[in-house]
Amino acid sequence: MTGSIAIIAALLVPLIGVLGIVGARHKPNLREVVTLVTATCLFILVASLLTPVLAGGRPSVSVMEILPGLELAFEVEPLGLVFALIASFLWIVTSVYSIGYMRGHHEKNQTRFYAWFAVALAATMGVAFAGNMFTLFIFYEILTLSTYPLVTHAGTDKAKQGGRTYFGILIGTSIAFQLLAIIITYVTVGTLDFTQGGILAGKASDFVIGMLLVLYVFGVGKAALMPFHRWLPAAMVAPTPVSALLHAVAVVKAGVFTILKISVYIFGLDLLADIGVRDALMWLAAATILIASVIAIRQDNLKRRLAYSTISQLSYIVLGAMLATEAGIVGGTMHIAMHAFGKITLFFCAGAILVATHKTEISQMGGIGRIMPITMTAYTIGALSIIGAPPMGGLWSKWMLGMAALDAGEFVMIGVLMLSSLLSIGYLLPVSYQAFFNTPDRHVTGKTVIKEAPAFSVAALSLTALGCIVLFLFPDPLYHLAGMIVTPLD
Amino acid sequence: MIAAHLPALLIAIPLIAAPVCLLLGRGGLAWAWSTLVSWLVFGLSWLMLQKTLISGPFNYELGGWEAPFGIEYQVDTLNAFILLIVAAIGAVVMPYARASVNREVPAHKHTLFYTAYLLCLTGLLGITITGDAFNVFVFLEISSLSSYAMIALGRDPKALTASFQYLIMGTIGATFILIGIGLMYQMTGTLNMADLAKRLPAVEDTRPVMAAFAFFIIGVSLKLALFPLHMWLPNAYAYAPSVVTAFLAATATKVSVYVLYRFVFTVFGQSFSFDVIPLEPILLVLSLAGIFVASAVAIFQTNVKRLLAWSSVAQIGYIMLGVSLITVAGLTASILHIFNHAVMKGALFLAMGAVYYQVGSVQISDLNGIAKKMPYTMFAFVIAGLGLIGVPLTGGFISKWYLITAVLERGWWPVAVLVLLSSLLAVFYVWRVVEAAYFKAGDNDDVEVREAPLSMLVPLYVLTAASVWFGIDTSLPLKASTEAARQLMGIGG
Repeated sequence: MTGSIAIIAALLVPLIGVLGIVGARHKPNLREVVTLVTATCLFILVASLLTPVLAGGRPSVSVMEILPGLELAFEVEPLGLVFALIASFLWIVTSVYSIGYMRGHHEKNQTRFYAWFAVALAATMGVAFAGNMFTLFIFYEILTLSTYPLVTHAGTDKAKQGGRTYFGILIGTSIAFQLLAIIITYVTVGTLDFTQGGILAGKASDFVIGMLLVLYVFGVGKAALMPFHRWLPAAMVAPTPVSALLHAVAVVKAGVFTILKISVYIFGLDLLADIGVRDALMWLAAATILIASVIAIRQDNLKRRLAYSTISQLSYIVLGAMLATEAGIVGGTMHIAMHAFGKITLFFCAGAILVATHKTEISQMGGIGRIMPITMTAYTIGALSIIGAPPMGGLWSKWMLGMAALDAGEFVMIGVLMLSSLLSIGYLLPVSYQAFFNTPDRHVTGKTVIKEAPAFSVAALSLTALGCIVLFLFPDPLYHLAGMIVTPLD
Repeated sequence: MIAAHLPALLIAIPLIAAPVCLLLGRGGLAWAWSTLVSWLVFGLSWLMLQKTLISGPFNYELGGWEAPFGIEYQVDTLNAFILLIVAAIGAVVMPYARASVNREVPAHKHTLFYTAYLLCLTGLLGITITGDAFNVFVFLEISSLSSYAMIALGRDPKALTASFQYLIMGTIGATFILIGIGLMYQMTGTLNMADLAKRLPAVEDTRPVMAAFAFFIIGVSLKLALFPLHMWLPNAYAYAPSVVTAFLAATATKVSVYVLYRFVFTVFGQSFSFDVIPLEPILLVLSLAGIFVASAVAIFQTNVKRLLAWSSVAQIGYIMLGVSLITVAGLTASILHIFNHAVMKGALFLAMGAVYYQVGSVQISDLNGIAKKMPYTMFAFVIAGLGLIGVPLTGGFISKWYLITAVLERGWWPVAVLVLLSSLLAVFYVWRVVEAAYFKAGDNDDVEVREAPLSMLVPLYVLTAASVWFGIDTSLPLKASTEAARQLMGIGG
């Protein structure tokens, strides 16, 4: 199969899945099978692109010209492939998890849920494979729109409120800043194609380029750089599978992915390194890492704590991009993968706890490890990976980012990374401690009965926890692919 | 033979059809007749646009009398495109009208209604096609008088005051236009636009010509609802029957904008309009003020039709902003937005018409939970609403993209920022409706409300689909508006 067909198929398969899901709305079992089959097909399609990309190729396809000079075009390069592989693989796992969660939690409108989920994944593929900034922007906006019904799934006032913040910040920043930046880029350069080495060098004054960088970085609200981070905690009203795949992986990673992509292919690392304002943005990322961690410690609601942790971790990647070194990009790319596996595990666990015990607040979770040993073990593994402790995959990306900071001579940033690791121990591990070493309720005596979440959910979260360990043992393929972003074979 | 007389047929057919409609008597027949005529006119206007795109502008002498003695129709890409918009909206709205008019207009007035509609259509087409300044005034009055009548047919008693208000303002506007034309005639001795364009430069420093320009522009600005001359519009749109609102919102102000283009660029000429008279800063400031004030007012409306009407005032601001740039790119954006806005706003008003048909009200509070009962209607509303915000893959995005590109080409960075910020205001007012429809529990659950009939849904979805289609396949509107803008600026053929 040629690459261009695989690209188009990767965009269409989830949409065909939507038709199947809606068609099978009266047969829940068949509907879930459709989702699983769709997700698996998507992953196989994306994986089929691995061989040509590893061989140095860039499969591409141009669908149509929307405006003169502005095409709806796709091109697969290593960064996008990493992102697409992670998102499509974790979609399979999340689908398995959802079956347990949605039924166990007796959610309504499940067909609508699965259908919009599939649309969101199609949009994610569009973002990952976009061949120019115009195409990326289109799918970026579709991703916002298609996740809105998922965030507001419950239909309550709280969901409406959360949806308002979510939609307002994401659409607001993307229209006011990102679109402006894109149009300015187009007017000054005359193209928006992602090009190795960037397109802006020498095309505009230092002031304009600096301003563009600021507009882009803030315009990609999905990266949740402070002060445009509030949508992420607000999005936690969504059902847990949404928080897990979309708000720990697909949507937020689409944000940081876009920032990496812009850094490498619009500005180019050489130009980026010369931009004065880059320093300020780097410091802002560092501040976001620390402030979000401190806020996370103060949250009692587990999902909210994880959300602030995500904000903090996303800024690692922004920081990696703003270091403007090859190692920073590689580290950032690896962190996309490492954080994805770690954080999705944590969210899966939070959802499993909710389904099995109806508990959402950490303070209520005393002794829960005895009731749900598998879940809480997986939680601990995921937490260690986020912290960056061996033997978990998170170690490698932190290592790379630390090396990158050293390379760039930003010693303070190494301090920030270390401090952040300490803080993340502070907000993640107390949950494990609470679960395993605290007694549940003093008044309840007698033997503990093991009561895990539905088997589908437990299987999914065990798998992603295992993934964290596998990524520690075999980080090489990922490292290799990430390295190809900055040093292409040709 | 018929092809040669396209321009005359385009006007003659609806004009003659109007009295025939009156003779047909019963509502059903009158409706069928006006639908047929609308479709015919749509076909003719399509042929004409193709003709101009292929073989360039052409003139048609009415009755074989040579200009400047006879009346001449001048067709170029610009007015062929506007004609197509008007005719297309008419053709889409008419099948919808049957159910809606049955619900909103007393039965014995149906025939009158359809007759008025045909006259209004004739007037709008006539304004657009004619090459004679006085003829513009005549057709303007035909369309205005018939729209006053149509607005007054609204079920709400406030429709009468709204119509009266519009009548007063509209008449002032028309009088100003007439004074302007009179002064021009006095100074040049001709009413033919091409002739006027030739003779005006010789007398352009005289006070009567400047007065003519001022009267004319203010009159047209009233008709096109340029801020702050828009006060008639929100009430007229809010209380008119739904079909009338959808039709007029998508066509009437747009045709007035066309008149402005024609006189500013073709008749008076760019150098007079922008060098002798400082039209550029005036339009720039008024359009930006209009965008912000009207969008802000829209956010606080409780009646969705009024909300959309205020949004129309804001959108006129975008259209006029494009004009104030005085570049091909700016005019392209302006014309493009005329087209895209007609499609989107038409769809939005049709959706509200469907809601009115079922619920009997378009107050936001009465729309609570409506999405459960009318899912298709509200989905169309959301899609068209996204177009208004300017989300990618909708026509609204394309026109916004062009407008901002054009603004940046002139180096007006702050204006570009303002335009983008203003589109965030659209998020607020569109989302207020969406939240009410999707998240609030309905208070009137006992009232039986069902999805609108198919005859309303199909036209609604034709426009909604068009708003998405022309956000993806932009070739037709883009080609037509670029070509039209070039002709207006006098570049190329």
